[in-house]
Amino acid sequence: MPDIHASAAISGVGEAPLQSVPGKSALQFAAEAALAALDDSGWSKHDIDGLVTAYSVGDPYNFFGTVLAEYLGLRPGFLAQLNVGGSVGNLLIAHAAAAVSCGRASRVLCVWADNRRSALGSSSTVSRVADLAAHPAYELPYGPLVPSLYALVATRYLHDYRVGPEALADVAVAARAHAARHPNALRRDPISRDDVFASPMVSTPLHTLDCCLISDYGAAAVVSAADRAADGAREPVWVLGTGEGTTHEFISQSPSLTSFAAKASAASAYAQAKLTPADIDVAYLYDCFTITVLVLLEELGFCGPGEAAGLVESGAIGPGGGLPVNTHGGLLSYANGGFLHIIEAVQQLRGEAAERQVPDASTALVHLQGGVLSTHSTLILGRHR
Amino acid sequence: MTPMPAPSPEPMPLCTLDAQPYWDGCRRGELMIQRCVDCGRHQFYPRSICAACAGQVDFVPASGRATVHSLTICHRPLTPRFAPGPYVVALVDLLEGPRMMTNIIGCPPDEVHIGMAVTVTFQRLTDNLSVPVFTPHIAGAVS
Repeated sequence: MPDIHASAAISGVGEAPLQSVPGKSALQFAAEAALAALDDSGWSKHDIDGLVTAYSVGDPYNFFGTVLAEYLGLRPGFLAQLNVGGSVGNLLIAHAAAAVSCGRASRVLCVWADNRRSALGSSSTVSRVADLAAHPAYELPYGPLVPSLYALVATRYLHDYRVGPEALADVAVAARAHAARHPNALRRDPISRDDVFASPMVSTPLHTLDCCLISDYGAAAVVSAADRAADGAREPVWVLGTGEGTTHEFISQSPSLTSFAAKASAASAYAQAKLTPADIDVAYLYDCFTITVLVLLEELGFCGPGEAAGLVESGAIGPGGGLPVNTHGGLLSYANGGFLHIIEAVQQLRGEAAERQVPDASTALVHLQGGVLSTHSTLILGRHR
Repeated sequence: MTPMPAPSPEPMPLCTLDAQPYWDGCRRGELMIQRCVDCGRHQFYPRSICAACAGQVDFVPASGRATVHSLTICHRPLTPRFAPGPYVVALVDLLEGPRMMTNIIGCPPDEVHIGMAVTVTFQRLTDNLSVPVFTPHIAGAVS
């Protein structure tokens, strides 16, 4: 990626309503989110000259991006569909920022929507995503659920750093505490460590409450070139740095179960933004399972190896803590859509996070991952250029 | 309360040309892995080239000995073959170096631990298809 420090801004964000409705397509979730983001930006679809989308597991289209352009009546001169799993959210912003910073487009709509719950239901989603995340020849024959794949990382983490499973439970408790303050979160009733341990065991050491929600969502943003950002209705939120990295797709091929490409991805973003972990006011870490938050806190330099359990136990990542993480409740308690991390970050930096507002938040880091800690992406956003 | 997910239909492993000697070995009860002719590194899973140096690879028999690197006890069967469960999904490090995913069988799930010595055996899925799984290694047993 070219160095795009503050040459692009997020000028609008929007979400579709989170409720699952039988028969509602991912395309419809995408369209609702797109229109909400446009409305937020003050621009119309006629001002959009680029479209970058993710993929959908629920809808049957291989070419979701092109189909969405058709559905919305858009004819973008810049169109990309990115298909790298959960890390895709930041990559939508990064690709859009790269396009506007070199003049390929001036206002790019970024959209990620899926309807797994409505289209597939919980059971079919469980087996469909296992098909995606486990190697069809060398892993799937051994019957791993997606939680099993992450559980392999969790078992090794707890062993190497000699921490107990309460470290995982504390992540789920903190997420729910944040979600309690967001009126739209799907799960808002507070939980305790005991509640996590009492929830059914899925694949040791991960219980049900260690696992993200299966839900529908639609989320979108408008990325504009720096010289167009001032025309928008909202104060721009600046893209200060981006990064990405991968070491594997399938977990049995990962060089390590305790060290991942997240470090390299974050290093790129920090370097572009000219910031360090200590400069980050609020963090959004992909929380498909509680273990990923512990791993990512360390990989991103918020604490040293093996120290994440202590950091989380101290309350640092919860409401009012020194490093609030996933202030909307994340994938664990808000809804299952990584782009929603970006939207919440933007709202924090705009000062519009209501009772969740982190005082004076001016820099936010979003780190997303896909596969099984396989692909990583980092996005650093700032209120100031 | 979320109901138990229904197991998906039994999938068969995807067998590709570059892995044919591996699958042939499984059928006759021998774990075949690759070794690079150029850099000497052992590799799993099979590929048409060495993933480290892009050199040419040959198939060699593995000792069948391995150590458990990580494990999880899965409580919800992914497919009917694993019902009712629970069952152990593990990552094992072969003596020769490569890591592979497998099931550990032949002992209660909660006896499996990181660092446990295990030995390969083969599980027949169909007349033509077997997969390697691992059992606790008995010291002094002929492997």
